[in-house]
Amino acid sequence: MRRFLLLTLLVIGPAISAQQPPAQPPPTTAAQDGFVPIDQLAKKEEMPAAPLVMAAYAVAWLVIFGYVWSLWRRLHKVEVEIADVARRVASGSKR
Amino acid sequence: MQFLAAAWLVTRKDLLIEVRSREIVYTTLFFAVSCAIVFAFGFVREGKAVEDAAAGILWVAIAFSGTLALGRAFERERHNETLRGLLMAPVPRPALYVGKLWGILLLLAAVELVLVPLVGIMFQAPFFKYPLMHAALIATGTIGFAAVGTLFAAMLVRTRSRDVLLPVLLYPVTVPVIIAGVRGTAALLQTEVDVPMARVWLSMLIFFDAVFVTLALWTFEAVMTE
Amino acid sequence: MMKRMPLWIALLAAMFVIAPVMIVRAPYESTMGLVQKIFYFHFPSWMAMFLAVFVSGAASVIFLATRSKRADAIAVSSAELVVVFGLIGLLTGPLWGIKAWGVWWSWDARGTSALVLWLIFQSYLLLRRFGGPGSERLAAAVALFGMCNVPFVYWSVNLWRTLHPKTTVVSSLPMTMGTPLWFSTVAFLGLLGVLIALRLRLEYRRAELDAIHLELDN
Repeated sequence: MRRFLLLTLLVIGPAISAQQPPAQPPPTTAAQDGFVPIDQLAKKEEMPAAPLVMAAYAVAWLVIFGYVWSLWRRLHKVEVEIADVARRVASGSKR
Repeated sequence: MQFLAAAWLVTRKDLLIEVRSREIVYTTLFFAVSCAIVFAFGFVREGKAVEDAAAGILWVAIAFSGTLALGRAFERERHNETLRGLLMAPVPRPALYVGKLWGILLLLAAVELVLVPLVGIMFQAPFFKYPLMHAALIATGTIGFAAVGTLFAAMLVRTRSRDVLLPVLLYPVTVPVIIAGVRGTAALLQTEVDVPMARVWLSMLIFFDAVFVTLALWTFEAVMTE
Repeated sequence: MMKRMPLWIALLAAMFVIAPVMIVRAPYESTMGLVQKIFYFHFPSWMAMFLAVFVSGAASVIFLATRSKRADAIAVSSAELVVVFGLIGLLTGPLWGIKAWGVWWSWDARGTSALVLWLIFQSYLLLRRFGGPGSERLAAAVALFGMCNVPFVYWSVNLWRTLHPKTTVVSSLPMTMGTPLWFSTVAFLGLLGVLIALRLRLEYRRAELDAIHLELDN
């Protein structure tokens, strides 16, 4: 079990570092018919997009790894308890 | 026929207890009125309620006091293990659910009979303009809320921390009822009355009631069987 | 499923390595620019959440009808993942919204319906955690009601929002960013499957432990 998780970590790990956005190419002017934000233009210029995108990626991975970690911890606790009980049963039957 | 007779017996039992003590109806009514008054401090500007406030206040008061009534009604059943006695009775389980639901609905109807005119007077809401539409909206909304609430409260009787869990479970599931009730009532109370809109909300409430009462009848049987 | 787990995880990991490359290479959305890239995992996490809602609801129906322990385990596992993927959607949404719309939370129809559904499954987990023994059946009813509530929630929230036309500009978003979007959606759904399988394992191990304890007591 732990090996699977380790494997996930090892393989997905580089993916996180690979997500750094490259130097921004200038926005294309194609597909102008898309979404048009209203009266937020001034604010939009103030706020850089890259940190927001990075934060969103970080949040997504943090949530997933946080969950996997909690899963691993809970599973570990149960496994330890099972081993413990099994040991007690074994020593008890000898007596 | 036997089904309805059994359901009526359950309702009659609840009503008899209630008529003797009047505990739930008084406390729930007082709570609903206090709710409305507390909201007044948030939504009244210079002696007049802000737009759409009356509809919101009415429905929040119904939802809050409804939860209180549901909790009390089933607390009573828990007390002497009477719910177990009911479940052992040789009647179809869904009849018990319908009986409890009727009891709750009658109680809430009594509360609403006082609450609605009171909100109308205190927040200058002209409920008398479209009395039938208002009545239909409030009735279907209350049925939807109570249908889900009766099932959840009945299920929670046997669990720990049931007092907290009832609103926690009930409010997210009944969000569509609250939205439809508030918006439908508001559409009829605003200065330019929007009857077609109110009708759309009313039809949604009817649809919700049909789906969730059916679901609850099936679920009650499945959940309450040991 | 469990035996071929490493294979699935490896495949999924490969997909998650390729996905960022595809996302970076995807064309820039004309008006929103870079921030639109959040969409490539914001949308998939919602898809994963909705799939988990239906898995949990369906498993709950089966549990109520047949009392199968397995169905209950599947229901609780996917309910937990509804909350996990919903959390990703709820956290990444505002990060996009603040840039695209200028506000963190705008009560738009999709976001609000998703929030309500997320709350329903959050209450499911609260019930299972604090309800004590016997709360599984109750929780199954909550999951069933949550699943059947999806159209009602969406319908009512949508209608409620259209009554306030000031900010409804929000809802029409371009969906033309094709391949990378679907690629990452598939990757997220795969992740959902793997996580459900892992969570199921925990549930089964717990059941084993309980069985051992029970045997010891007798």
